Parts: sequence; C-alpha cells; structure tokens
Amino acid sequence: MVMRRLEELLRHSASHFPDNVAVQDPDRCALTYRELVAAADAIRTSLENAGVRAGDRVGICAGKSVGTVAAIFGILSAKGAYVPVDATAPAERSAGIFDNCAVRAIVTTDKGLAALNAARSAPPFKVSDRISIPRAADLDLVVAARDAADSTPDAAKPPEGLAYILYTSGSTGKPKGVMHSHATALAFIDWCSEEFKPTSSDRFSSHASFHFDLSILDLYVPIKHGAAIVLITEERGKNPAQLAPLIAEQGITVWYSTPSILRLLVDFGKLQRVDCSKLRIVCYAGEVFPPKHQRALRAILAHPAYYNLYGPTETNVCTYDHVTDVPPDDFTGPLPIGRACSGDRTRIADENGREQPAGQEGELLVTGGSVMLGYWNLPERNAIAFHVDPDGSRWYRTGDLVIERGAGYYMFLGRRDRMVKRRGYRIELGEIEASLHRHENISEAAAIAVPDAESGVLIKAFINWKAATAPSIVQLKGIAAAHLPAYMIPDRFSVVPVLPKTSTDKIDYQKLRELD
Amino acid sequence: MQDIKNTIKAYILKEFLPGERPEALDDSTQLITQGVLDSLATLKLVSFIEERYGIALGPHETDAEYLNTLDRIANLIASKQPKKR
Repeated sequence: MVMRRLEELLRHSASHFPDNVAVQDPDRCALTYRELVAAADAIRTSLENAGVRAGDRVGICAGKSVGTVAAIFGILSAKGAYVPVDATAPAERSAGIFDNCAVRAIVTTDKGLAALNAARSAPPFKVSDRISIPRAADLDLVVAARDAADSTPDAAKPPEGLAYILYTSGSTGKPKGVMHSHATALAFIDWCSEEFKPTSSDRFSSHASFHFDLSILDLYVPIKHGAAIVLITEERGKNPAQLAPLIAEQGITVWYSTPSILRLLVDFGKLQRVDCSKLRIVCYAGEVFPPKHQRALRAILAHPAYYNLYGPTETNVCTYDHVTDVPPDDFTGPLPIGRACSGDRTRIADENGREQPAGQEGELLVTGGSVMLGYWNLPERNAIAFHVDPDGSRWYRTGDLVIERGAGYYMFLGRRDRMVKRRGYRIELGEIEASLHRHENISEAAAIAVPDAESGVLIKAFINWKAATAPSIVQLKGIAAAHLPAYMIPDRFSVVPVLPKTSTDKIDYQKLRELD
Repeated sequence: MQDIKNTIKAYILKEFLPGERPEALDDSTQLITQGVLDSLATLKLVSFIEERYGIALGPHETDAEYLNTLDRIANLIASKQPKKR
C-alpha cells in the first residue's frame, strides 16, 4: 500500500498493531495506536469546529507530550498544516510566526495562550475547546481559534499538500517558514525505512523539540512501522544525568540527537554506568561532531551503528554517512557528510549554480523528493534559494561549501554566509543584530562567531550604547533575552564607541574580528 | 550563607561573564530567565556546586525554580548541607 499522507502512516499501523504502544511519555503515560488515533480524531473534530479547513495553518505552542503528538496527527487529519514553535522562546517571537503564516487556530496551554495574546495587537485567540487525553488529565491543552474580527491577512495561498512549516532563523531578523509537504516528508521517511530497517519492536527516542527538523524522523518513522516513540521532554532532554538512565529504562533502540547532546551524555551523564545494550542505531545531525568527542562516545558505546545525517531544514536529510572510522583526535580537516540519500541528487556548484569540475570545492546543491516546497510568502527568498536548470529541475542551494572525496562522497568545509550552527541550532547573526537593535539605547549592533575549543563556537556582540551610563553584561544579556531564544543570546558583549566600517559604510566584520 | 553566595558569584563571573563588573551581579539577578546561564552553563554550575559542596542535586532541582538567583542557589545549597550543632 502506497501512503501519500503522514496521518495515513498512523492509521495503517493502528489497523495492524492497535495495541502496540505508539507514544510513551516516561513521566506520565503511554498511548497505544488505537488510543492515539482516537485522540487525534477528537482533536480533528475540535479543530474543524473551530473553523479549520483544508490548507489552514494551525500553530502549536506547548511542551512535548502525548497530547502534542495527538495534536499533530489531529491537525494533519483535518487536512491542515502544523506550525510548531519553541514554547520556551519569547511569546512575541511565536506570535510573530503565527501571524506571519496567519494560523487559523492554535494548540497551546492556558498560560501559553495568555502570553501569545498579550504579545499580539490583533484580537485575541479564544479557547474553543479543551483537549482531553486518556490518563493525561494534567496536560491542560486547549484549542484556541482566531477571532472572526482578526484581519491578519492571508498573505499567501498554501501550496498543495502542505503538511508543516518549520521556522528557522532569518538573516533580516524575522524567522522564515520552511514549507514541507506530505510528499517531501515521506520521501525522507521512506529513505529511513530503507536504511534503518525499523520493526514494530523498535523504540525511537524523540529528543528534539517538534519545531526542530530532527523531529520528522523521531515522529513518523516509528509511526510508519508500528514502533514506539519515547518522548523526551525539554526539561529532561537537557539534563544528562536523567537522560542516560532513560535510554536503559525505556529500552531505546534508535537514538537521534545533535552531537552536543551526545557529548553531554558522555561528559555529565555517566553513560558508562547505564545498560544501553538494546541501542542498535545512533544518528546525529545538526552540527559537526568533533572526532575527539566521537571517540569518547564510541569508547563507551561500541556496538551501535553510527550515522551522521546531513541536511538543512529545507531538504530534510539529504546526505548521510554510516560512520565506521573516526579520524585522529587532533584532526582539523574537513569531516565527511557522506553521500546522497536515495531519492535525492547532489552536485557541487559555483556561485552561478554551474557544476564545478571534479575535485573543485563549491556549494552543495540538492534536488529531489525530500526538498522543501519553498519559504512561506517569501517569493524573493525562494528565487534566490533555488537554482533552476534549463530542464526545470529545482536545486536547493544549501549555502554549505563542500569538496568531493571519491565519487559522490562529500566533505563539509564551512558556510558561505553568516549563518552559524550552535548546539545544532541554526543562527543567523543578522537576527541577533536586528533584535539588539530594537533597544532604544542601542544605535548599532554587530555579531560575529568565533571558533571555541570548549563549546565549538562563541557568539560575540559589539554594540554602540547611547545612554551615559554604560550597560552591564548582565543587562545586555537581559536585553537579548527579551526577543531571542536562549540559544541565540551572545556569549560575550563589547561596548564600543563606534563600529568599524568599510569604505561603503557597511560594518567591517574583518576589523571586528581583529578588535576581538 | 554569604560565603556560599560569594563563591557561586565568583564562579559565575569567571566562567560565564568574563569582563563583567562584580556589582552588576546581585543576589536577585535573574540568571536563567534573563539569559546569563543557558542550559550548558547551568549544567556546569550544577557540577561545580555538587563537587564544591559535596552534595547531590535532584533532577528537579536544576531549573530556574531553584537556580535562577544567587539567593535561591544559596538556599538550595544550605538546605542540603548537614546541620551544624
């Protein structure tokens, strides 16, 4: 049976494995496939009653729970597209995202709703229903509908088959919405089936938050195969002392997270004391995994198969490397990101999108089934994001510089723009600058990223301060925290009388590095 | 109690706020909710506290509720230390 929509994966497994655990919250309860379908159907009805129709966007602003998983499948079943946001980020940022794609309704908590409404000037979202999940009465999730008088314009028509929009950091200060369809997600999920050969007895970790693209594997691959999703809540997820025992207690067989989290497990999690014998696959993605830390992990966990999965949110995972050898600890050269996943094609191109001669470095371009539809309502960005061949094929420009080692096997060299990766998160330095700039006493702001042996990368901000009393670093961090999620707050601040400029009056980042 | 605050304050200034004026960090500065300590910094602080004071923090004692200010941190540590006779 060929499945074309994500919620069909759930219904298919529910008909074959109704009593298998579909999703387990280790601190609360588990839902079987039968129960998850029932919960998703109830949410679908609530959403339809709230006015959600095919193609409508529905926001999700809540921590990870069996309820949010049911909400995702409820939204998809209502033929809507879900828009998950970081529930711990400033409400203003989340509200801006929901207004950007004009969500029809949101799934959130009472507290989340109050904060979102306070951050918006439009008429408030109103609770239209409460979500109830068997054995999880404390969840406190609501469906809230857009007010009839809310004239937030439908800026764009949703493309056919839209399944979800993941917002990533945008260089102009506004996050941009990466649109994926059922088909683009399924192209990736089907590749995972081929490569990882999951069965209904697998138990997948769900470490990443749902607004993070790693969640696509965590959610849909287990559901497709009648396996279990083991939810790792945000609080537990960043606490290695609690995380390591969970791998054993929950009998996790497939783990997926950023390298940073694996590093924390090694450094703070006492992983060697934990029985991880059931773990058969460890996948990581989102940032470079330094050889030294890979080796430390493998010294404790020798038996699982290790996979480095590469791909920006825009492409899902598009290349992969089954990692069998780790370079020496002091190796500083480029690390492999492997070869194209089935269904995708890759090539190395120059600045004009033309294929580079063999052996030359250049930008990695990707085309194929897993590549996004485009950005929500950003026609100009979309035009830049893709190179279109004369035959009409669309190649996504990753912005990542690579070189080939052997046919179709790529090594990552660096970025060609001002995006940095920190603990797996994508950060546009421009968004940090734009946020700082909003403060009345900051007339100029610039951010740079510098390599750091300890944490991988340090973000340094330079500002010009207008008031007479110089600000403290504590104060500046607070200013950043007002608009930015925690992972984007600069590590260091310098107050300077004037930022260095180039001859065309642009900020001279080269000079800033020298100032440092 | 003041000793504990001084020790923790010196550690935070050195590790996470290099270059900061000591007086900018007071007993009620919000460390986690105002962006001074991110999740990695919080873990390092927890390790430091556990090692320095020979105590173990419970899984639910490593968030803003217990660690958001020097006041709260000092209270948490004091509550874990053996009572003096």
